[in-house]
Amino acid sequence: MHPIDEIRAHLTRREFFGRTATGIGTAALAQLLGADGLRADAPAAVGGFPGFAPKAKRVIYLFMNGGPTHVDTFDWKPKLKEMHGQPVPESYVGGKRFSTMTGAAGGKLMLAPVEPFRQHGQSGAWVSELMPHTAAIADELCFIKSMHTDAVNHAPAISFLLSGAQLPGRPSLGAWLSYGLGSETENLPAYVVMTSVSKGTSCGQIFYDFYWGSGFLPSRFQGVKFRSSGDPVLYLSDPAGVDRGMKRDMLDDLAALNEQKLHDFGDPEIAARIAQYEMAFRMQSSVPELADFSDEPKSVLDSYGPDVLEAGSFAHNCLMARRLVERGARCVQLMHAGWDQHNSLTTELYNQCRDTDRASAALVMDLKQRGLLEDTLVVWGGEFGRTPFIQGNIADRPRWGRDHHPYAFTVWMAGAGVKPGLSFGASDDLGMNAIVDKVHVHDFQATLLHLMGIDHQRLTYRFQGRDFRLTDVHGEVVRGILG
Amino acid sequence: MARAADARWRVVCGGIDKAGTALLRRHALIAGVSQTLARVAASALGLAAFEGVAAPVDFSREVLPLLSDRCFYCHGPDEKHRKGGLRLDEEAGAKAMGKHGAAVVPGKPEESLLLARVRTEDPDEVMPPPEVHKELTDGQRETLARWIAEGAPWGKHWAFTPLRRPELPAEGHPVDVLVGAKLAKEGLGFAEAAEAATLLRRTSLALMGMPPTLEEQEAWLADGTDAGWERVVERLLASPAYGERMAWDWLEAARYADTNGYQGDGMRTMWPWRDWVVGSYNRNQRWDEFTVWQIAGDLLPGATDEQRLATAFLRNHPINGEGGRIAEENRIDYVMDMTETTGTVWLALTFNCCRCHDHKFDPLTNKDYYSLGAFFNQTPVDGGGGDPQTPPVLKVPDAGAARQLETVRQQLADVRKGLDAEREKGVVRREAWEREVVKAGSPWVVVAPRTAKAEGSALTIQRDRTVLNSGANPEKDNYEVTAVPGAGRWTGMRLDVLRHATMTAGGLARSDSGNFVLTSLRVERQDGEGGAQVVAMEAVEATYEQGGLGLAGVLDDHPATGWAVHEGRLVDRSHAAVLKFPQGLETGEGTVLRFRFRHESGNKHHNMGRFRVSLTQMADPVLTKTDPGLAVALRTPAGERDEAQREAVVAAWEEADAGLAGLRRRVSELEAKERQVADAGVKVMVMADRAELRKTFVLDHGLYNKPLGEVSAALPGFLATLAADAPRNRLGLAQWIVSPENPLTARVAVNRFWQMLFGIGLVKSAEDFGVQAEFPVQEALLDWMAADFRDSGWDVKRLLRLIVTSRTWRQSSRVTGVMLEKDPGNRLLGRGPRYRMPSWMIRDQALAAGGLLRPMSGGSPVLPWQPEGVWEEATFGTVKYQRGSGDDLRRRSLYTFWRRIAGPTMFFDTGSRLVCSVKPLRTNTPLHALATTNDVTYVEAARAMALNSAGVQDVGARISAMSRRLLGRAATGAEIAVLRAGWERHRQRFAGEPERAVKLLGEGESPVAVADRTPELAAWTMTALTLLNMDEALNLE
Repeated sequence: MHPIDEIRAHLTRREFFGRTATGIGTAALAQLLGADGLRADAPAAVGGFPGFAPKAKRVIYLFMNGGPTHVDTFDWKPKLKEMHGQPVPESYVGGKRFSTMTGAAGGKLMLAPVEPFRQHGQSGAWVSELMPHTAAIADELCFIKSMHTDAVNHAPAISFLLSGAQLPGRPSLGAWLSYGLGSETENLPAYVVMTSVSKGTSCGQIFYDFYWGSGFLPSRFQGVKFRSSGDPVLYLSDPAGVDRGMKRDMLDDLAALNEQKLHDFGDPEIAARIAQYEMAFRMQSSVPELADFSDEPKSVLDSYGPDVLEAGSFAHNCLMARRLVERGARCVQLMHAGWDQHNSLTTELYNQCRDTDRASAALVMDLKQRGLLEDTLVVWGGEFGRTPFIQGNIADRPRWGRDHHPYAFTVWMAGAGVKPGLSFGASDDLGMNAIVDKVHVHDFQATLLHLMGIDHQRLTYRFQGRDFRLTDVHGEVVRGILG
Repeated sequence: MARAADARWRVVCGGIDKAGTALLRRHALIAGVSQTLARVAASALGLAAFEGVAAPVDFSREVLPLLSDRCFYCHGPDEKHRKGGLRLDEEAGAKAMGKHGAAVVPGKPEESLLLARVRTEDPDEVMPPPEVHKELTDGQRETLARWIAEGAPWGKHWAFTPLRRPELPAEGHPVDVLVGAKLAKEGLGFAEAAEAATLLRRTSLALMGMPPTLEEQEAWLADGTDAGWERVVERLLASPAYGERMAWDWLEAARYADTNGYQGDGMRTMWPWRDWVVGSYNRNQRWDEFTVWQIAGDLLPGATDEQRLATAFLRNHPINGEGGRIAEENRIDYVMDMTETTGTVWLALTFNCCRCHDHKFDPLTNKDYYSLGAFFNQTPVDGGGGDPQTPPVLKVPDAGAARQLETVRQQLADVRKGLDAEREKGVVRREAWEREVVKAGSPWVVVAPRTAKAEGSALTIQRDRTVLNSGANPEKDNYEVTAVPGAGRWTGMRLDVLRHATMTAGGLARSDSGNFVLTSLRVERQDGEGGAQVVAMEAVEATYEQGGLGLAGVLDDHPATGWAVHEGRLVDRSHAAVLKFPQGLETGEGTVLRFRFRHESGNKHHNMGRFRVSLTQMADPVLTKTDPGLAVALRTPAGERDEAQREAVVAAWEEADAGLAGLRRRVSELEAKERQVADAGVKVMVMADRAELRKTFVLDHGLYNKPLGEVSAALPGFLATLAADAPRNRLGLAQWIVSPENPLTARVAVNRFWQMLFGIGLVKSAEDFGVQAEFPVQEALLDWMAADFRDSGWDVKRLLRLIVTSRTWRQSSRVTGVMLEKDPGNRLLGRGPRYRMPSWMIRDQALAAGGLLRPMSGGSPVLPWQPEGVWEEATFGTVKYQRGSGDDLRRRSLYTFWRRIAGPTMFFDTGSRLVCSVKPLRTNTPLHALATTNDVTYVEAARAMALNSAGVQDVGARISAMSRRLLGRAATGAEIAVLRAGWERHRQRFAGEPERAVKLLGEGESPVAVADRTPELAAWTMTALTLLNMDEALNLE
């Protein structure tokens, strides 16, 4: 039967499309539309994905905006300590491009990690004392220490990591995932973004909305940004004086009027419109419920740390992320700014680690306890690392800093499909250049898609006459980290 | 993988082995058998059944798209990427005879290697390789076979062929004749005409972005004739709202925004360009001229400000001011943006692919990209910093200021004329005055300097006893002047600092502002061989003392204190200061006075330019009105006075004469006013070229620091070369873009205008007319309209008039089952357009339906309702959204302030305004439904609709009245039934909980008076809100 005839057959009947408070009939319609892919607004956009059994059904990306210093957190380089105060050997930096704040790297002095490192867990992973909570779960984590990227400034590097291109305009990872895999929930957006910034930070990193944009994909795949003040979703609250019952009445009338129109006019778009209004209505209840932590046990709240009840904090967002994936969100992207320590390694870096370390670790363990870690992937990392040499004056410890560094940095992953307790790849003995099992940004993206059951070469979208994909024309799955 | 594919081709191309021969034989057989089956070959539309069996394969429509999509990636224009040396995008390459055969052998499918390779089932042999997931369908293989059998006629991609006006197959409206012919071929016909009310609303929204008023509805419904319809169309095209509607799409294409984007996101003032676009469409400027001005208006001979303003189009790109960014990298980004935007907007070519390599599908090379970029690479912008008004800029008065400036200039001219007349009349009076001044004498004796020297520059003593600074212009300088004044008992001194033509803007020093800072002044006396003695001094007064830099500051030697005279503008008048000698100064005949002037402030080059010292014997030295130099000048015979003296005399005279002084004051006032009004204008970034040609290079993968070969400005080689006499700059480019020989521009433009009206272009990919674009179902229609557009003088209103007076446009958009099955996308145009309106239009419609929309046009952008905290969250609280009020909440959406990093929240389907966007993005996101049901803008509009219909007593009639205002038609009985019951339910709820009515009616900026917040009115507001959210209200139907 042709889709429209099918809709018609049902539409003649009010019982199917019933005037019910839950809008079940219209949900069924939405599914019908989705299943047929009648138009671009159906939940799943392309067929055929996942293309193989996925290890991960959803992903939480803890994006550390600003470029976390790998040599002070997870990439232990004893030689850096030995060479503290000595000029960087030319062989490590010759011909390399740095930010204009550094310019030519020649002659810059090496800077030891600001805090000591220790080995942790069975895996013996080296972690700085700046990150005690992360250290405690080291056996759950898979560190990739050989990441490298093409870009040296924030916006292009973040865009590159999240969309595969340095200039804005391509779909972000989350948009690709919701385009390829659709949504598992009727009540919430498939792709949610939340932002936070460490307290008292001087950083001025901006969260551009193209970091979660849909690029040339239909705009419904764009990340929905939950806000920390006011309504979590824009325009979520009914007008003053209007309650749920009145809104329901209004939507019922609207559905009745639109059904009349559909009968008269036959445009299938009208059915999609009805579904749109029903989903909006459901979001009005499900989103506030999501942000209401009163059903969380005290032990869980405590594990995320004291900030968890403070809307807009990283800890709060971490718990929101867990609640979102529990309810079927496909991709949750937390953007946390403040890692850009050009001159605040001995001050703000400490705040930054304190604000993120505990909640990140708590999130992993919380997911694990609920059995969600088996099919949820957690990623922690930024857009690049920081120079193993100093930015600033070595005699002026309170103003020590490190500049942007694209040639080596560390990310960690946990959960579905990755080997726990693994340190993969390596940078050289000064943490300057990735040398062993190098993982380029495109390789990393290919691997993420692979874990979600997607062949990165097959998930494409035709735009301007070309089939675009997240990994451009590059990328190889990093088999070594697959569990 | 790629290497394997290579090797496979070599097997076939380099030597047919046994297996290869067998393969060919097998397929020759199949080819023969399937000759008849080949008739089933799919057309682009899947309408093969209607195509007629005998039609030969059309290369451009059926073969080229297949070759392009499946083969060109490895066998196309990109030489570096080409596999096995085989090139299929050119006829010669495809038919070239290798040692063992050719890919395409005309008339001989069985000998054509291409066919063998696409037909084989051997996974190692088959093309395209299975890994690329691009396999051909059986139908497509047979299309290729049939085409080869028919002689493999080659052709050009349709969009690259010269644009010629097709013959019309019959008499009648050209659009209908062509559409009708196509429909008939498919066994279909036109739908019935849309109802009159529907047509009026559809066309009003399409051309003005606003629904028709009740009067407009009544006039048209009472008429209903074809002639009447033409009058309606004329009215719409003549409305000022038309230009605003047209501008929206152009702003999207131009990536227009009111901020830079990126970090800092500084506010720019490009809106005079936006207003220019509105005005240009409203006066129906020729679209070729509209184009040339925007690409190269500054290069036109005798370019006007308006032509230069138009070039702001190219400068609308984002500017990256992030710390640590390399300026040259930014600059290259900007040039690439201009290149690609121009390529998309006028040529619909995807140049961006060629940043790194030759195009995979279109005959565009990597070199073409940078050669086109060379036109834009002559910008003086260096990419540094994030100034949102990075020069070159054009200062544009805003609309009000422009009128004011004109008035002021007129007044100034009148007063100057009066002054000149008065001067002539005053000659007689002046002679008498001169004698009187000489007779009265002056309390000041001008000191004749004996020596004058500076540490870092040259000082020369002038005939009028002033000292002039010249030569090197050090940042700081100290002077020493000596004089022998002769015997006298002096009570004070006067320092005149005088304007001079060699100083900045004819001011007082060679500093940026023409200002000086005298940080120390010391007078020493010396008698004979004895030691020098410092003369005690006290400051008395000065003509002006700059805040913090008063005259008393010269008396200490501190570099942070001193005398300066900046009055907040370039220094434009002479100044004087008087100091007294509290202990007196008695000089003998031989006493030498040494004046030491120091300029040691942090302000660079703030050294006095021309100055003069005088002494007085007044009991209480004060500034006197008469310049001490004047007496000297007047004692000099008129013929011997130098220029400065002549000017001083004239100035003093005109100051002294009551009649002249009044006119002079008036002139200065008006001059100040003129400066002020002109300065009040806004700076718009525009284009200019550097004097010196900047070299342009192909950049390896687009990297600014990896230049490869040098290129010069050139058009894409496959399209054209610049005529020998054409300017080698943007003007030459612009003129070619709109030349009749260019096959693309007119087609591209017409397609976009069609897209604006019908919701979808005749070519779906409005941004890409390359070989990967679909073959236009209505090719003849597109070409006819494009040729007509071009030949009619690029007359946009004529084109739109042509379309909206057609039967095609005037059809009903009702969808029947037959249509849905045969033509779900309405590409055959057998029904009228129906699509979701853009969110800006939905908002404007709501404001208009509520009677709230303010009609004023242009000016700086406004800040309407937006949820709190959006800008703050995006900028860590550094930028606050200061919502406007009153009219600002009710302007058309076009005038909404566009912050690039956090765009307006009420639009859900706009371009990103980061890069050029020429295709509508329709959305059905639930977030939009939240806005249109909950946003205060819609609640206020609904309440206004409720209030405006309050005079209608009957519930059904009132529903209908609201429907007419919004949907342009009365409500149906069924609709009234639903809405009446809904209204009654709402009314009961509000009556039971009246505080809810009070709250709802109190929303927004113009709440209803508390006493009038009745349950009835609240219920009507809900009813209006329901209407505003009906599918029909959200759609152009």
